[in-house]
Amino acid sequence: MSADGKFGDYGGQYVPEALMPAIEELTDAYERYVLDNEDGFMDDFRARLRDFGGRPTPLQRADRLSERYDREVYLKREDLLHGGAHKLNNALGQVLLAKYMGKERIIAETGAGQHGTATAMACAHLDMPCEIYMGERDINRQRPNVFRMKLNGSEVNPVTVGRGTLKEAISETMRDWATNVEDTHYVIGSVVGPHPFPSMVRDFQSVISEEARTQAREKLGRLPDAVVACAGGGSNTMGAFAEFVDDEETALYAVEAGGSTLEVDEEAGVAPNSASLTTGSEGILHGARTRLLQDRDGQIMESHSVSSGLDYAGVGPELAYLVDTGRVTAVNVDDDEALTAFHRLSQMEGIIPALESAHAFGYLESVVGPDAPDSAEADALGEYVVVNVSGRGDKDLESAIEETYERDIDIAPNMDEFTGGL
Amino acid sequence: MSLEDAFADGPAFIPYLAAGDPDYESSLKYVEALERGGADIIELGLPFSEPIAEGPTIQNAVVRSLEGGMTPTRFFEFVEDLDVSVPLVCMTYYNLIYRYGDDPGPRPFVEKAAEVGIEGFVVPDLPAEEAGPLREACDEFGLDLVFIVAPTTRGERLDRMMEQVSGYVYVQARLGTTGAQSSVSDQTGSSLERLADYDVPKAVGFGISSGDHAERIVASGADGIIVGSALVDIVAEGTSAARQTASDDVADGHENGDDAETVADRLETLARELKEGAVAGASQRPPHPERT
Repeated sequence: MSADGKFGDYGGQYVPEALMPAIEELTDAYERYVLDNEDGFMDDFRARLRDFGGRPTPLQRADRLSERYDREVYLKREDLLHGGAHKLNNALGQVLLAKYMGKERIIAETGAGQHGTATAMACAHLDMPCEIYMGERDINRQRPNVFRMKLNGSEVNPVTVGRGTLKEAISETMRDWATNVEDTHYVIGSVVGPHPFPSMVRDFQSVISEEARTQAREKLGRLPDAVVACAGGGSNTMGAFAEFVDDEETALYAVEAGGSTLEVDEEAGVAPNSASLTTGSEGILHGARTRLLQDRDGQIMESHSVSSGLDYAGVGPELAYLVDTGRVTAVNVDDDEALTAFHRLSQMEGIIPALESAHAFGYLESVVGPDAPDSAEADALGEYVVVNVSGRGDKDLESAIEETYERDIDIAPNMDEFTGGL
Repeated sequence: MSLEDAFADGPAFIPYLAAGDPDYESSLKYVEALERGGADIIELGLPFSEPIAEGPTIQNAVVRSLEGGMTPTRFFEFVEDLDVSVPLVCMTYYNLIYRYGDDPGPRPFVEKAAEVGIEGFVVPDLPAEEAGPLREACDEFGLDLVFIVAPTTRGERLDRMMEQVSGYVYVQARLGTTGAQSSVSDQTGSSLERLADYDVPKAVGFGISSGDHAERIVASGADGIIVGSALVDIVAEGTSAARQTASDDVADGHENGDDAETVADRLETLARELKEGAVAGASQRPPHPERT
């Protein structure tokens, strides 16, 4: 990364002028507290991640998956972090930073609700008032998380414009920030947005790969051959990859949501997937230049994924850069494969994963599963694979059961008696 | 006429409408009505799907315009079809400028804009730090690049912006997003004071909705006023009224000529009120020693 927050040509600060002073103030705070540990900020942060968050999370051998895939499969259990997803790493870091900066109010957007709940928890823990913007459609898909945010004392503001998902929620939170910039910090939920957010969120999330790297050395005696993580905006991805980027022997796979198809409907402005690394093109959205799902004019398309946490038309600029340079391989898994993987992990390992995380397992099945063709991809995955379980699936139970009912997922249990009325 | 010239004979009235709101033909009439009402410059919005600097009024205008089929290509046709003689400024978001044409980058868009007669740009998500390539293209084709000065813009950032600005500066009267307000922000005066030493016209916008506002803003030292949401409100009201009538009469479509004329008349009336307010405000100002 260069001093102006660029990753190659990606990144930058494409925001309304009213936000620029706040972004400069945040950049200064990021450099002092996060990079230079001023006032012991990072020590405070790490202690809270341990005591409040429950870190470190285990690196667990997945015995039955290892057998199925004929290689050592290890799970980085971010689903065991307080709140049930990796999101707390970032939310706690940013809310604490806002506190050190003397800010008095927190706002955040949320898609699946995981970042919203993590921010709400961090705000209750650190005694900060908090408002969360969430698309109306996502509110309906993720009701348990809405309840959790409210129980932790946060306001949840429905966003009704557009399709009512993450993209609209981010735009609306930026508008709030532009209005209340002097006393408010915007806790952005992924490695997206203007500099310093992509770098700062990566740094807060990089505890995942820092631990995984040490744990892999302890358990395997060496670094893994591959790390696999799902990618929407890319915060768990960058967190799982960051400390491995310089380890050239470790391949990095970012698994995007292939949705229902990779085909794009230009006329309707709809991309029935969220695979911006695979199918997107360069553009500017939400403060950064990155890869986007956009039509030929540059209008942002509506994305789709069965997993609302991956349902976003953009992706973090650093991840886009690492894919362009070849360091990270972008792959994708469609809705059906992800749902199948959701059931498989639940049945074989006793872990109900978030639908987001299920995409990472869908990739394993597609390249090294019993029905996978022999391929160079399978060889590249190597003998030791770490998969980041970015979150647990409790929030997804209703939608996963409904979506399963609407499709033909042969390994799924018969739960017809519960569908339709949910 | 250049943008700066539009400030030569008293305060400039700069209205904004989203091109193609709610449909192409009505929108042409609406924009032309603004000139009849006394516009000195017109800011034409090219709608982007993620208008992060806009309040609900202009967000809805963007939705109507996009649903009406507005695209960058149609926008340029729209500008060519417009029968107005005052300078036009294109207000849009950077991705549309960046993506136009075969190669990413602002040059093809600026070249086309110059060809159809646009005089300058306002790009709300492009701060001075990222504006180099667009500034260069504007220089090449002789177009102006207007920057927005926020109440929070000070010091070095203000200097950097003032090095790149041309035409006029858009003084954002208050923090937040666009939208008509019932009272005028008190942050305008201090913003104008910070800008006093820069020799470029200062046009104030965000929240101005009446002739009375316009008068006070100009009396406090602004060289011009920018009004968007209050005008867009008239288009929105006309659109929903027309849709109501259309559904009551089982008529087809809302591009009813009479409705568009009525809305255009209302726009012209408010435009005239705003322009007269600005002129009245100018007469209350102490003479500017440094400007003749």
